[in-house]
Amino acid sequence: MPKNSKSKKNNDGKRDFLIISTYAMAGIGAASVAWPLIDQMNPAADTLALASTEVDLSSLEEGQSITVTWRGKPVFVRHRTPEEIKLAKEVSLDEMRHPETDEERVSNEKFIVLVGVCTHLGCVPLGQKSGDVKGQYGGWFCPCHGSHYDHSGRIRKGPAPTNLEVPSYKFLSDNIIKIG
Amino acid sequence: MSNTKFKNPVVKWIDHRLPVFSFMDHELNHYPTPKNLNYFWNFGSLAGFALVTMIVTGIVLSMNYTAHVDYAFDSVERIMRDVNHGWLIRYIHMNGASFFFIVVYIHIFRGLYYGSYKAPRELLWILGVLILLLMMATAFMGYVLPWGQMSFWGATVITNLFSALPLVGESIVTWLWGGFSVDNSTLNRFFSLHFVLPFVIVGVVILHLVALHRFGSNNPIGIDIKGTQDTVPFSPYYTIKDLFGLSVFLSFFAAAVFFFPNFMGHPDNYIEANPMVTPAHIVPEWYFLPFYAILRAIPDKLGGVLFMFGAIAVLFVLPWLDRSSVRSSQFRPVYKIFFWILLLDCILLGYLGAMPAEGIYVILSRVATAYYFFHFLILFPLLPYIEKTKPLPISISEPILGGGSTASAFAMREKK
Repeated sequence: MPKNSKSKKNNDGKRDFLIISTYAMAGIGAASVAWPLIDQMNPAADTLALASTEVDLSSLEEGQSITVTWRGKPVFVRHRTPEEIKLAKEVSLDEMRHPETDEERVSNEKFIVLVGVCTHLGCVPLGQKSGDVKGQYGGWFCPCHGSHYDHSGRIRKGPAPTNLEVPSYKFLSDNIIKIG
Repeated sequence: MSNTKFKNPVVKWIDHRLPVFSFMDHELNHYPTPKNLNYFWNFGSLAGFALVTMIVTGIVLSMNYTAHVDYAFDSVERIMRDVNHGWLIRYIHMNGASFFFIVVYIHIFRGLYYGSYKAPRELLWILGVLILLLMMATAFMGYVLPWGQMSFWGATVITNLFSALPLVGESIVTWLWGGFSVDNSTLNRFFSLHFVLPFVIVGVVILHLVALHRFGSNNPIGIDIKGTQDTVPFSPYYTIKDLFGLSVFLSFFAAAVFFFPNFMGHPDNYIEANPMVTPAHIVPEWYFLPFYAILRAIPDKLGGVLFMFGAIAVLFVLPWLDRSSVRSSQFRPVYKIFFWILLLDCILLGYLGAMPAEGIYVILSRVATAYYFFHFLILFPLLPYIEKTKPLPISISEPILGGGSTASAFAMREKK
């Protein structure tokens, strides 16, 4: 009898090992099958290949803005006037929800480059055209829920939690920028 | 009904109100299954697995596919090249169709050999033939979606079958196309139907299973279950056996997907559809070849179409064509020979369907077609009057446990 119960105990240990390792293998197998089915929804190779956009700024006069498409989203590029630059630089950061200096947000202070998507719920703010409502701070104004942005694209009033995003970009020459 | 069988209080609470757990326990766990089933009984669950695989990969493919004549071909190439793991998902779907048919054809011939269509399983069989028809429609429309040369000309030829109908034929074909040739409207409706029909198949499969569980599986000796001594619970005995069969199936399936993904396809379908040029030699996918051979064997347009659909129609009435009360071929020495002839006949028809319609191939197609209908329409009704069947065992247990009545077999089991 003691011998029997001992061997039974050993068998139980083996059985647990077999069951746990079987479930573990089945789990790994199921996850490996599931992954391709999930990952196919991520951006495909051709979508990733379109991830950068070049913009020629030579015809953009002072006080004008253009909107370009980058990754399916609008990007605002504005050639700022000296007054706008002055206002953007002199304002105190204390009153801001998301304090950033203007220097942190531009590489050439004449040109501000922003992702034109309100950080509240994704609408495109007004302010690119000369006749647009630009909000209390003269930059951009989101008509959906009333967010006001200044000349540096910083949130100053309204529900948006953060400043308009600055995409990664660099100047390829004096007048050409590459976004992305 | 007591639900003390569940320990988990949440399961118990739900089951008391919505007895899904009792249902699953009854149908998948305790479900009494003949203890003498051989590996040919694996193919039902394999077909179910193939159906689920096709639906899952199909839904995923549809997220990346564009059903428009200008974009369809390119969107499939984009799936192959750019979409993450797209090549894998598409090859699984493509080869999955072929493997689904392989599994289902074996499942059907299993039914023919062991007489699984006979009373009281006539409706079970008819639902199965209905599933086959739905599968054929779905597979055909799916093959059109990549919008290659074979897609386009396959669609043109198959839809034109309906033009053979007298009077209304032309109007029906125009209606099917939504125009005056296979075009964008055709592609759009085929995509829609290719998406929805698999779910119709799921519905019929559920009915198929309900009908199956009414009397339980047939078995290799084809006699009814006499009592619990003839059965084992479905789980773990057949769940494990089905899983083992599945792993063997998956080995073959994975080999095809990873090493020979285009073996069962046709290279011309990688050329974009061109309504101005028909490829020199067009053939349907392999699983339609026997029916295609029957179509071409008949030297008359309407006749060919009727015989082709007739080849499936005879399956619907098979339970009444076969007059023999003995189910399993093991006890029908003459029918057994003819069964193998029918199998070879179908394989021959498949071969002939792939060959050009000329010379000896046409003659052979006619002979093979004649045998097919002879087998169903003459042999099945008349053979039982001539054939002397072997004596049937008393019970399923008897041949396994080596003689004796059911009672003694049961006693032997008890003693153990």
